[in-house]
Amino acid sequence: MSRQAGRGTEAKKVSAELFTLTYGALVAQLIKDYESDEEVNKQLDKMGYNIGVRLIEDFLARSSVGRCHDFRETADVIAKVGFKMFLGITPTVANWSPAGDEFSLIVDNNPLTEFVELPDGHQNLNYSNLLSGVLRGSLEMVQMEVDVTFLQDALKGDNTTEIRLKFIRRLEDALPAGEE
Amino acid sequence: MESRMTSRPKQSILDKPLSKGKGDLNLSSFAFLFSEMVQYCQNRVHTVPELQQKLSDLGQHVGFRILDTLFLREKNYKREIKLLNMLLFVKTTVWKTLFGKEADKLEHANDDDKTYYIVEKDPLVNKFISVPKDKGSLNCAAFTAGIVEAVLNGCGFPAKVTAHWHRGTTYMIKFDEAVILRDKSMEGR
Repeated sequence: MSRQAGRGTEAKKVSAELFTLTYGALVAQLIKDYESDEEVNKQLDKMGYNIGVRLIEDFLARSSVGRCHDFRETADVIAKVGFKMFLGITPTVANWSPAGDEFSLIVDNNPLTEFVELPDGHQNLNYSNLLSGVLRGSLEMVQMEVDVTFLQDALKGDNTTEIRLKFIRRLEDALPAGEE
Repeated sequence: MESRMTSRPKQSILDKPLSKGKGDLNLSSFAFLFSEMVQYCQNRVHTVPELQQKLSDLGQHVGFRILDTLFLREKNYKREIKLLNMLLFVKTTVWKTLFGKEADKLEHANDDDKTYYIVEKDPLVNKFISVPKDKGSLNCAAFTAGIVEAVLNGCGFPAKVTAHWHRGTTYMIKFDEAVILRDKSMEGR
């Protein structure tokens, strides 16, 4: 599998604060526009999904990562290459299920939540839910259907932020024409 | 589940030291996020001016917050009181913090002492946006205009800021009459 490293691995940078505050502006707007936290979560997930299906291209073009052989490898690539590339952090992969089809990403120093404190009355809001959608969307584009949920959230007073990924199935028919 | 409902973070966000703000992130991440925001806004409005207003509102949310961080971090809590210094602060410090470089130009309108222009040839937010043919006047730098507007308003320089396609992107800053009068009265002090 040879992929041209045409774009190079060193991506252009933008201020992390601009990114953090911009995301905050988006979440605040969604909270104004929707009635419940659950609806906001859903909308964030949807937007994340849209990002994910496009972001995977960028990821493959820049990372020269090949096809993963198993879900464990996928987990490592997501944490060490994907998160590193797009958010500048490396979550810890932990809490594998015995069957090896479920794991958690333990996210510290989440750049989305810098400056953020959840006001009272938003205990159901998954502030960083965009990430769930991004993971779901990008993995779908490499033929993996996964379920993504927030198990713990440091913003809600948990000790850490834990995102759970569960492998559902391989998608067989999603290959675009002309691809092997 | 139970602990989630009852325990609040022991340390509030104000107890933590303010970050130095030197961190940076992949431009793609921002571009993807911004693109989604533009699409979201577009789906909720009918006209280009409405869309630009929405983007400006989102920018204002960012502007008010960056203003606080900057004065805390860089200026030792002291706000600018002179109009020109304020504008230079926006052109240099604010721009550098957000976009990594100064804005290209700051100009005063020839025919109107209330109007100033900040010119940016190639704004970061427009880098990956291709404007549809039927929406030629749309400039998504309205988001940045919103940031500038919030920064100026937050410092007591009420103004309306809009983004236009002119020499790249030109941000037109129209101050309230009172701002100009006040600044004149301070001359020589």
